[in-house]
Amino acid sequence: MMRTYAGHSTAEASNELYRGNLAKGQTGLSVAFDLPTQTGYDPDDELARGEVGKVGVPISHLGDMATLMDGIPLGEMNTSMTINATAAWLLALYIVAAENQNPPTPQESLQGTTQNDIIKEFLARGTYAFPPAPSMRLIADMIAYTVEHVPKWNPINICSYHLQEAGATPVQEIAYAMSNAIAVLDAARERVQAAHAGDETAAQELMGQVFGRISFFVNAGVRFVEEHAKLRAMGILWEELGRERYGVIDPKHLRFRYGVQVNSLGLTEAQPENNIQRIVLETLAVTLGRDARARAVQLPAWNEALGLPRPWDQQWSLRIQQVMAYETDLLEYPDIFEGSHVMDGLVAELLEGARAEMAVVAEHGGAVEAVPYMKGALVDSHRQRIHRIESGEQTVVGQNRFTETAQSPLTADAEGGILVVDPAVEAEQIDAVRQWRSERDQAAVERALSDLARVANEEGSRENLMIPTIAAARAGATTGEWARTLREVFGSYRAPTGVGEASGHEVPDGDLVELRKEVSRLQEQLGRRPKILVGKPGLDGHSNGAEQIAVRARDSGMDVVYEGIRLTPAQIAASALQEGVHVIGLSILSGSHRELIPAVVQALREAGVQAPVVVGGIIPDQDVAPLKRAGVASVYTPKDFDLTRIMRDIVELVGDSNGASAPNGNGSSPNGSAPEA
Amino acid sequence: MSGDGAALGARLRGHDLSAAPAALNLLESATAADREQSAALLREISPQALGGEAPGHIIGITGPPGAGKSTLLSALLHAWRQQQQTVAMLAVDPSSRRSGGALLGDRARIEFDAADRGVLIRSTAAGERLGGLAWPTRAAAHALAAAFDVVVIETVGVGQAETEIVDVADTVAVVVQPGSGDALQFLKSGIMEIPDVLVVTKADLGQLAIHTRRDLSAALRSLGSRSTPVLAVSSLAPPQGIEELIAALAEHRAGIDLAERRLRARRASALVDYTREYGERGLRTLGGRHAAEALLAEQEPGLDVPALVSTLERSGETEDEA
Repeated sequence: MMRTYAGHSTAEASNELYRGNLAKGQTGLSVAFDLPTQTGYDPDDELARGEVGKVGVPISHLGDMATLMDGIPLGEMNTSMTINATAAWLLALYIVAAENQNPPTPQESLQGTTQNDIIKEFLARGTYAFPPAPSMRLIADMIAYTVEHVPKWNPINICSYHLQEAGATPVQEIAYAMSNAIAVLDAARERVQAAHAGDETAAQELMGQVFGRISFFVNAGVRFVEEHAKLRAMGILWEELGRERYGVIDPKHLRFRYGVQVNSLGLTEAQPENNIQRIVLETLAVTLGRDARARAVQLPAWNEALGLPRPWDQQWSLRIQQVMAYETDLLEYPDIFEGSHVMDGLVAELLEGARAEMAVVAEHGGAVEAVPYMKGALVDSHRQRIHRIESGEQTVVGQNRFTETAQSPLTADAEGGILVVDPAVEAEQIDAVRQWRSERDQAAVERALSDLARVANEEGSRENLMIPTIAAARAGATTGEWARTLREVFGSYRAPTGVGEASGHEVPDGDLVELRKEVSRLQEQLGRRPKILVGKPGLDGHSNGAEQIAVRARDSGMDVVYEGIRLTPAQIAASALQEGVHVIGLSILSGSHRELIPAVVQALREAGVQAPVVVGGIIPDQDVAPLKRAGVASVYTPKDFDLTRIMRDIVELVGDSNGASAPNGNGSSPNGSAPEA
Repeated sequence: MSGDGAALGARLRGHDLSAAPAALNLLESATAADREQSAALLREISPQALGGEAPGHIIGITGPPGAGKSTLLSALLHAWRQQQQTVAMLAVDPSSRRSGGALLGDRARIEFDAADRGVLIRSTAAGERLGGLAWPTRAAAHALAAAFDVVVIETVGVGQAETEIVDVADTVAVVVQPGSGDALQFLKSGIMEIPDVLVVTKADLGQLAIHTRRDLSAALRSLGSRSTPVLAVSSLAPPQGIEELIAALAEHRAGIDLAERRLRARRASALVDYTREYGERGLRTLGGRHAAEALLAEQEPGLDVPALVSTLERSGETEDEA
């Protein structure tokens, strides 16, 4: 199956995009939701500011879902939704939208996948909404519901994809994904056994079906031979797990099924045209050998490290797949690695490593309990990867080697070769959701939400949360209301950051040693150790970059306040003031920097914090000047891969800004940030 | 261009919470000019200037990593704010011995309302100290106690180095999690002699938490301490035991001789500051630690720490001349 991950701006615009893609020969839908929808906020929530319609489509209620799927026959469609914390809600909207279509599609015939993997959100992607235990309960309820009522739906897609993006080695990717699956299956087994208490055979049969419905979403990096071995190893482990832990016998249920998006982490902003050959090679990793071939492939666009891809960029990615499928002989042979000693050896090596790492996770009490451990291990792996690239040990063509280039015609247009979402979209969506709320039967919505709260409140309840969730969707509740109701019962949650667990540079290189001296010198001048606040404004949860900056700042000798993700401008300003930091580093990848960064700078200055602000992330060239005009001291993009160099800039900036504020030369202003008495 | 220490001190004395960040920037600074201003600040809030001890309740909260301190602090913070109490939290994190830098992680784990002016959270690195407090923490806690109702000092408990928290806090709570074997380790390390209140977190774990609570009570009894309360709390929604913990902390504070405890804290603090500046050799010029303690004990009880340090310095100079 061929898809491209798509959706932006509004339900209407995305619907048009989907219809266009289907006409071009795409055979399924892959829906990208915007961050407020993914984290359970309505467009008019303070946290949604700058994020509405950016990385995907905003779906706030049943009306939006109906518009999104308008004219697309859902009974014939296979729809993949990248949705996790709020998956139960979006599936409910999809079910109700399908039954409202003309002709109506019953839920029994709906086909598709909800990503619904919360552990990797805690580890890598950051769009969680509730604490781990209730999140696992929601997932188990969805599995129990869909197995019975939406039998062709894949209720969960265990994602190792994001683990690799967060720096996982192949062994970590296999081990953490399998451990994650065990946590989900154990929770589902409890549900199954409770439902069929006393009927061992029926419980066993249902468990087989549950196991058979679990699919994976994996990553494929550019080291495509090893990556292919990784997928073979996962298939072997999966079958073993099914037989031994869950007593599954039907070979159909035991098949390792996976979809794939190839690696984005390795895509570069420098000479972005090279990303095309990276994508092609990565696709080979998941298609070469038939025994471990992906069922669905989606490819990133060549310009992902630059900003949001346009329809033409996505078409290019679709054409890659079509050339591979229809022009080459790739799909004509049985498994071409059968009997290969080299491949078997690689697989055995990965299996051994993965089993050992799975044992470590089990010792921690399973994947849920081991989130802090796994997070720390990932931050550490990522740190090592960056170090290899900085030192030149690992070659990235166009970035740290062969960097000379002619001007690229691909990025020569005014917007720099990317899609820019109209800032008016947010205001329109805010009006639209308010309009929706004013036109619905308010009493019915309140009844539905209070019933949802009642079921959520009963711990160990036999009632499935999907039932009141579907009722709330039908009544016209909004995404924000559904999530708020559950947050009030379950509490909110902040995931571990992993930065505290990451080890430092084993052997600091010369540059870092020099920098530490510089930091010590600055400390004497300032009177206290240079202190930096690192945080992510907005809803974007891709914290890898911010974490690496935090760890490197620590390794440079600075005191680092790592604030984590999902911060409002007011929170950043309050923290900067209270902590008395000398500099503020903000990271942002969702494209909302145009709105959010100036808002943060303004909030800081209003709070009386004068410390300089630096920004890192996916920032198109043409946005740099406006950010600087808004008061940002410097902007870093994926091109700036040398973190020590960034740190040196920051240390110099702190020195300059404090020198300037201490003309008497005692250099001792304690108030890089706080207002004077 | 240092902050005007005296003015900041006067604002703290008047419960102007917005003076706190600048006051902390000053108290943490090691330059000579800032040390002078810090002394001026502390003079403004000395018992002499206040006409009594600073009214805030200084609470030390310590325990091993992973015991659930941050979640507990979030729940406590919320409950105190419900009671209209203003709260300052000083979180002390260990520094990397290699780079000297530190990741101050707690802020990301404590939930707070950015618009709430009645809360201040400040992270500090312990610096070269192996555990326990950062050097400015004592002065910071005392300064904040003049303005805030509650001042919490949170440290990562690693063993005996933690005992110095006793020197600065009015009340010390030790936090342990169920089933971690911490109780026995604490017994061995002697840390069981510290707490005024013992807290077992994760009460939602049920039996395990009950067992741990029982073990701790038994351990306390074997040490001859029958009065230390042991409380079980669950910080997860819905929180349990938080109100009781707040009541136990307040009850402890009501039962102590505050003036005596604070005086002891100031004198201990003066000795630490003096030794940090002049080392063991400086102590010898005073005739040794005991002589220094005796000298401090003779001083006016209402003096602030910098004034006490000056007394030691003057005495050291006279000894040198003699």
